Amino acid sequence: MKYEVVIGLEVHAQLKTQSKIFCSCSTEFGKPANENTCPVCLGMPGVLPVLNKTALQLAMQACLATHCSIAPMNRFDRKNYFYPDLPKGYQVSQFALPLGLNGYINIQMNGTRKKIGLTRIHMEEDAGKLIHGENLGSPGKSYVDFNRTGIPLVEIVSEPDLRSAEEAREYLTQLKAILDYAEVSDCNMEEGSLRCDANVSLRPVGQEEFGTRTEIKNLNSFRFVQKAIEYEVERQTQVLEQGDAVVQETRLYDSNKGVTFTMRSKEEAHDYRYFPEPDLVPVVIGDEWIQETQDKLPELPEQKRERFTQDYEIPEYDAGVLTTSRAMADYYEKSVSLYPKPKIVSNWIMGELLKELKNDEREIGECSVKPEDLTDLLKLIDEGTINAKMAKTVFEDMYHSGKPARDIVKEKGLTQITDSSAIESMVDQILQINADQVEQYKNGKEKVFGFLVGQIMKESKGQANPALVNKLLKERIG
Amino acid sequence: MHSKTILQAKEDLRQKKYSAVELTEAVYQRIDSVEPKVQAFVHLTRDIALKQAQTADQKLAAGEDAPLLGIPIALKDLICTQGTRTTCSSQILDQFVAPYDATVAGQLKSAGAVIVGKTNMDEFAMGSSTENAWHHPTMNPWNLERVPGGSSGGSAAAVSAHECLAALGSDTGGSIRQPANFCGVTGLKPTYGRVSRFGLVAFASSLDQIGPMTKTVADSALLMNVIGGKDPRDSTSADVARPDFMKALERDVSGLRMGIPKEYFTSGIDPEVERSVQEGIKTLESLGMKKVEVSLPHLQYAVATYYIIACAEASTNLSRYDGVKYGHRSQKTDNLLEMYMNTREEGFGEEVKRRIMLGTFVLSSGYYDAYYLKGQKVRTLIKQDFENAFEHCDVIVAPNAPVTAFKQKERIDDPLKMYLSDIYTISANLAGIPGISIPAGISRTDGMPVGLQLMSKHFDEESLIAVGHRFQQNTDHHLQQPSL
Ligand SMILES: [Zn+2]
Repeated sequence: MKYEVVIGLEVHAQLKTQSKIFCSCSTEFGKPANENTCPVCLGMPGVLPVLNKTALQLAMQACLATHCSIAPMNRFDRKNYFYPDLPKGYQVSQFALPLGLNGYINIQMNGTRKKIGLTRIHMEEDAGKLIHGENLGSPGKSYVDFNRTGIPLVEIVSEPDLRSAEEAREYLTQLKAILDYAEVSDCNMEEGSLRCDANVSLRPVGQEEFGTRTEIKNLNSFRFVQKAIEYEVERQTQVLEQGDAVVQETRLYDSNKGVTFTMRSKEEAHDYRYFPEPDLVPVVIGDEWIQETQDKLPELPEQKRERFTQDYEIPEYDAGVLTTSRAMADYYEKSVSLYPKPKIVSNWIMGELLKELKNDEREIGECSVKPEDLTDLLKLIDEGTINAKMAKTVFEDMYHSGKPARDIVKEKGLTQITDSSAIESMVDQILQINADQVEQYKNGKEKVFGFLVGQIMKESKGQANPALVNKLLKERIG
Repeated sequence: MHSKTILQAKEDLRQKKYSAVELTEAVYQRIDSVEPKVQAFVHLTRDIALKQAQTADQKLAAGEDAPLLGIPIALKDLICTQGTRTTCSSQILDQFVAPYDATVAGQLKSAGAVIVGKTNMDEFAMGSSTENAWHHPTMNPWNLERVPGGSSGGSAAAVSAHECLAALGSDTGGSIRQPANFCGVTGLKPTYGRVSRFGLVAFASSLDQIGPMTKTVADSALLMNVIGGKDPRDSTSADVARPDFMKALERDVSGLRMGIPKEYFTSGIDPEVERSVQEGIKTLESLGMKKVEVSLPHLQYAVATYYIIACAEASTNLSRYDGVKYGHRSQKTDNLLEMYMNTREEGFGEEVKRRIMLGTFVLSSGYYDAYYLKGQKVRTLIKQDFENAFEHCDVIVAPNAPVTAFKQKERIDDPLKMYLSDIYTISANLAGIPGISIPAGISRTDGMPVGLQLMSKHFDEESLIAVGHRFQQNTDHHLQQPSL
């Protein structure tokens, strides 16, 4: 039987605030354990939460950027469960009345646009982190780091609209871009500011009702999301084909083994006993505030993509790549403003620049070659100082050394040879050595011309102006 | 010296009849002599108090003034005090020392108060007799075989026995007013949101409110001028200007309408209680107040509603006591689940466990709608009852508790009967309105004090103070003393 894959994702994104959601502790990453804590986020007796308005503002931006409608009243609930990383024994979250409802985002699959529905977006506080004693030289003990406790999050829940692991990954890529553009989240997966749970089920093609789903929790990279879903689809297919039933349960993904495994069954599922948080008063969100937030929302990836194809006349594919992050799009636009040949700039960014960044697993913001540096390099080509091939070598050098293109060209003596007499003597030399090939060319074997050009360029160590070489060679051998 | 009211002591200190240190020492002498019998305190902070008194004397000498400069005050042991223990009369917090002051503790200190010590209470404020206390129970100074009421029984007993000039308590369902009543002192529960709850260890967040327990209404007015006001650390504290409550003492009450809710005078009320309350109403009439009958029809549902909502909130408020971060941790901990279970089994008393279980139950999926949600709806009806009643009156006058202080151990094994001792006070918490209990006589059957309860509209504590003060100017019930 053929099965259709049904996927829904729950994404947790950290709101980029300076301080935590209910206290004034810093949200800075990488501090020594428990440095970013206070009586409030440690859940000490008698302390009370006070809502960080910036967190609410950013959460509203997330809702509006994904076309969600905003609840007229922002209210929190308590989600009750015991775990050592949860100091109060409950997480302040939103259950009955999420901040945002019924949104969507568009994804591009194989050149066609697909709308993915968002069920809800709600705010909540993050929990802490357990550190097991084995890692600290005291096996058998466990420690808690509460630095993350109270970091503001939004949980973005999609409709079960995704139909493949690739679609899931594309959805995450788009969602990340939107959160990045709307200045909601840094979406830094290494620092845990973006995490994902995936609900996966199968149903026979053509069937309306959903099959039994499993939830894969705590996926912390896009690649793992895709791999875990692929594995889970394969596993569920086998279960169904053997005539068995998929068990509703929560699973975890082992990235080393590339498999998912049972975490807890449906029977063990928690009863979180949600109820309205009595320590926080509901915040009324007026239409004016919503409108103001909407008006201040920056251009979003989809709009930007369209504008790039129209204004810069670059292919849709290029526009898609260049808008995956706001930093990249800004980089591109800055570069084009300095060197108004949009397609050439696009080629260089998508080619040389992204290749280097990918090798280093770095973001464009961490790149030492700034738009000014890149466009200076491109100008050197136009000025004829170097040729395109040399430019690639120079770029590599710039990327690693951080030096400006002109300095590198000077230091390495890379200036293009445009002196006709120098090139003429090289032409003479090559024609002399390759008398046989010249003969062949004259007998109509035109391909040999290219070979000869290559030999001359090689002789010049790549520095000869290719156009001039072509011209002079043609003059000599017709 | 120790039997002075705050206002008297302030005047004496100003006139240098005695110093703040002398006053504080006199209070501790009184404590030394009566505390073995009364056991109103969980712990005393004698050294710190004497230093605070010395500082007060320096300020007095320098001609400085502050509302409570040099006045010895006790705090219920669920109000956090930086650097000294805050136990909530529970084993689970027995050694807990907060690194912060509750907002009210800070306000008292800034006003120059001398903090005598932390008073006993029912564990986590859950109880009506101060018998559910881990360290020891507290006795009623009027009759040591009887309870002082609760949960602020330690504060009430300490004020009644002159072990402090005044105290702060907290009131979730009557925990200030009922013990004030039982011990013959004045106890004011302010409007919900009037006084910051920051640093008040939570029992039921939507009901808890800190308030003064004093020898006179005038002293309560003075304390209300110090505590309260919008607190940026408590989102539920109301952004309402704090009036000068001392001004309310000068108000004329003639012409004010007092509502008498008929539902408060039905079966179950002790005849001696009813007699004192009716006499109190006559006194108020003699002061020119007009009597009108009002109805609070949902009173009969108040106790059930209260226990659903209070226990629901308590069950999650108390989840933080898990042995992980502070407080008691069981030694029997082979794994995480055992640590949780044994810590909480050992650390909490019976009543606390009962309420956690009750609260957990009413919030559980499948029961939430039938209990918690319905409870919230009834709470709204009770609020509306009061709104309707206050269309016809300015203050409601009613008994404060159906009986006088009962005997130790008499109700401890009968939770339902214990819960019913709060029947007249609970509604004010559910509605969020202020209420005050003032002494209104002595029962001729058991010689115990009887209290009169006044309630008013949200943020209208001034009417309670005005009426209560006039009442005390014209009666001597509040001057009656227990013979210890
Ligand atoms: Zn904090």
